[in-house]
Amino acid sequence: MSARVGIVVFPGSNCELDCRQSFERLDAVTEFVWHDDDTLPDVDIVVLPGGFAHGDYLRTGALARFSPIMTAVNEHAEAGKLLIGICNGFQVLCEAQLLPGALRKNEGLKFLCKWSELRVDVKGTPFTERADEGQVLRVPINHFEGNWFADGPTLERMRANDQIALRYVDNPNGSLDDVAGITNERGNVLGLMPHPERACDSLLGSEDGALIFGSMLDHVAARTGARL
Amino acid sequence: MSTAEAVHRDLGLTDDEYQAICDRLGREPSYTELAMFSVMWSEHCSYKSSRLHLATLPTEGDRILVGPGEGAGIIEVADGVAVAWKIESHNHPSFVEPFNGAATGVGGIVRDILSMGARPIALMDPLRFGPLDDARTRYVVDGVVHGISSYGNSIGVPTVGGETVFEDCYAANPLVNVACLGVIDTKLMHGRAEKPGQVAVLFGSSTGRDGIGGASVLASAEFDEDSLDKRPSVQVGDPFGEKLLIECSLELISRGLVASFQDLGAGGISCPTSEMTAKGKTGMRVDLDNVHRREPHMEPFEVMISESQERMLAVVEPDDVAEVVAVCGKWDLEARVLGEITSSGNVEVISDQTTVADVPSLALAEEGPVYERPAERPRWIAEVNASAFGDDAPEHYGDTFLRMMSSPQIASKRWIWEQYDHMIFLGTVIGPGGDAAVIRLPGTSTAVAISTDGPGRYCWLDPYEGARLAVAEAARNVAAVGARPTAVTNCLNFGSPERSDVMWQFAEVVRGIGDACRELGTPVTGGNVSFYNETNGQPIYPTPIIGMLGVVGEPAKAVGIGFRDQGDAIMLLGASELDDFGGSDYAKIINDTVGGTPPHLDIAAEQGLHEVLIRGAEVGLFNSAHDLSGGGLAVALAECAFAGDAGFSVQIGGTEPHRALYCESPSRALVSCPQGVVDDVLALAGGAGVAAEVIGAVTADMCDFTVFATPLEEARSAWENGLSAPLSTTMEAG
Repeated sequence: MSARVGIVVFPGSNCELDCRQSFERLDAVTEFVWHDDDTLPDVDIVVLPGGFAHGDYLRTGALARFSPIMTAVNEHAEAGKLLIGICNGFQVLCEAQLLPGALRKNEGLKFLCKWSELRVDVKGTPFTERADEGQVLRVPINHFEGNWFADGPTLERMRANDQIALRYVDNPNGSLDDVAGITNERGNVLGLMPHPERACDSLLGSEDGALIFGSMLDHVAARTGARL
Repeated sequence: MSTAEAVHRDLGLTDDEYQAICDRLGREPSYTELAMFSVMWSEHCSYKSSRLHLATLPTEGDRILVGPGEGAGIIEVADGVAVAWKIESHNHPSFVEPFNGAATGVGGIVRDILSMGARPIALMDPLRFGPLDDARTRYVVDGVVHGISSYGNSIGVPTVGGETVFEDCYAANPLVNVACLGVIDTKLMHGRAEKPGQVAVLFGSSTGRDGIGGASVLASAEFDEDSLDKRPSVQVGDPFGEKLLIECSLELISRGLVASFQDLGAGGISCPTSEMTAKGKTGMRVDLDNVHRREPHMEPFEVMISESQERMLAVVEPDDVAEVVAVCGKWDLEARVLGEITSSGNVEVISDQTTVADVPSLALAEEGPVYERPAERPRWIAEVNASAFGDDAPEHYGDTFLRMMSSPQIASKRWIWEQYDHMIFLGTVIGPGGDAAVIRLPGTSTAVAISTDGPGRYCWLDPYEGARLAVAEAARNVAAVGARPTAVTNCLNFGSPERSDVMWQFAEVVRGIGDACRELGTPVTGGNVSFYNETNGQPIYPTPIIGMLGVVGEPAKAVGIGFRDQGDAIMLLGASELDDFGGSDYAKIINDTVGGTPPHLDIAAEQGLHEVLIRGAEVGLFNSAHDLSGGGLAVALAECAFAGDAGFSVQIGGTEPHRALYCESPSRALVSCPQGVVDDVLALAGGAGVAAEVIGAVTADMCDFTVFATPLEEARSAWENGLSAPLSTTMEAG
């Protein structure tokens, strides 16, 4: 059975269509979930897509964490199911304290839309199983606030716990420890600034993003299989 | 002299225009009426100085579903797939307040596209600035780019290209044009209120005092020392509101709730209420008390002409109002019934139970003044045409090449386009930095190529020839990726139409565009005229920006500019005239000269080249293709090398090799292909009557021109830093 993917749509989300298209290329079944709903449909994976959730005139993601759907998203994560926040979604996850740290303005104080290279530093997460350890993925970034930061003890704990899953090969935004993507302690929540949904079609320059989405779908399939 | 009469001049109306209003109404207008006329009869809204000329442009073709006069032109690009394509200017606001001026320019064109029932899917921003050694220019560049980036990125529409030019004449009058491509979502809409009894629903942002007089005060007058005091006339954008407006509008249309539709832009509420009823031969009773406002105590005239952004007007059946309001509510947008469609033929405006305006729609929207302004070829043209072309040989070839590559004119525009989201929607097959952007239309296997071009120097030397060259180059850009040039939108940026020399330039440019578009079979589907681009009596170069749209057969066959494989043959297509230096980048950058005459365009040669490029792409002959334009062969070679991360070795000979390197003869392109298909390319070119020769091969890491050679990395570094270095200086200083 195909994995079911719920894509949360905030009023200012703008990558939801792209996420749907790229997950559907991998034969997943997708459904949009309006931020104002207070329950999630029956889904295996929740995606918080990129965009500007509530316009982000305040700190990015600061309002989105209060959207009614976030309670259900929290419960989904606590149940050990997969949750991925991409770009603005990563910012929302940090604001909602589902992931550690915070995202500051890029070091160069400019919005940046460009291809980036990410190194897979932790294999064996539900998000990186299809990739080899050390494999470099070509995935675009598109953000103004991607400069991740956490205090020293938090960073040490995360390193020890293998939570820094993806690092930039050539840090574009000043992110601490070259962080591009991190997981929670349990490993079922990933936040990343680069956009894997933009790298699932060779005509657009790369299919490496499909390794991340594909790993998630494999993980769901394995769990579903184990349950049966 | 009555009060109203004394006031009309402040509103930008002439004494004659005021008299015409009195004659048409048979009485003196009320203050609110006068304000409405002042925006609707402004140059910006009425095209009163340009209309006679624009009427000569070719506007019809097999694929053209909607031509000029609506929110945007509509072009059928495949069976059942139609796109909207339109360009606008936001020049004056962007100089006065760069960030918001540029941002709201994006917002305005996006709503034009949306008003046709199309989802906006790509933006292009042709920009013109003064030289970067001026601090205010650096501030304007930074603000404009940030404004476009902030607005375009937030609404989730990719900005996929648009050229940037630096020239003295734009220092006190930068140009910020913006083109938008949309794809019809569920239904093509028209801005025409045809049925009395239907109601007009105003939805989106609230109405405030921002942007009062934007069309009449800012866009329809030239600048002087006090222009920066006009900042309150610049609107402030809310991209989040625009994003909601896009989704909400498309949902209303897809639910079949909307009979007709128009955006609010220049002229505020006055514009759609009069235009929709004039086109539909109806009238409208407008109740201003139903306009939701962001500040109290607004006068009726202010409500009628406020250019507050992010608003739309939908004409709907009375029974559907509740559902319309509910859909808007889902998107957190306020929606209220503004008025009712009547059969009176008048726009009747009621405020606090008092009629404050009652004027015929036609008088406002279609019966504005039309001027046949005096146009005279200025004497200085002959002197300039007889002056030096600036084609003197350089002292040192290697240094000259690096100076060319590092000049902001030619240097990489990465600093600009990396600030734009150019990838969202997963449609950007070829993005910024190429000849044309190639955009795959969502949910289809069809793609279109879009490009903008506007050679101001050529047009200053010879507006007719310059305009033809503009059309030809825009078409060549599109053909270079393998697309067939199909339709044109244009933005005509000029000085004051009240000057006979400017009007002559305008008339010549329109004649040139018309002739070239007729000959290339690319009708004009609409556009925009921006006059009064002058400061303290100094007009800009006549700058027509041509936005060309082409149809791509298969997206996967689109050809990029980067060299691909070492050993590939490099071929030059088209003939070079070695004295084509008038208005060239070489003359300007190396010899600081703008003089002589621009190159001459041979349309047959241009068309032949397009056939070779399009057919070659179709059968997959080329590994790269790039048109030759500013900086000629040398610059084109280098750009192919940087894009493909490969070097080249070409044989450049002759006694004055700088001529072959930098002359700007039109109708030429550079292609690379495997050695095995060189004969096929020669045969294809021969059949089309296009000169073709192998000039060298793709190599590893040198730019080798025979007469000199430069390491690829050195050339690339000059090119990459040419624009970013001067602009980054401001950041460090700040």
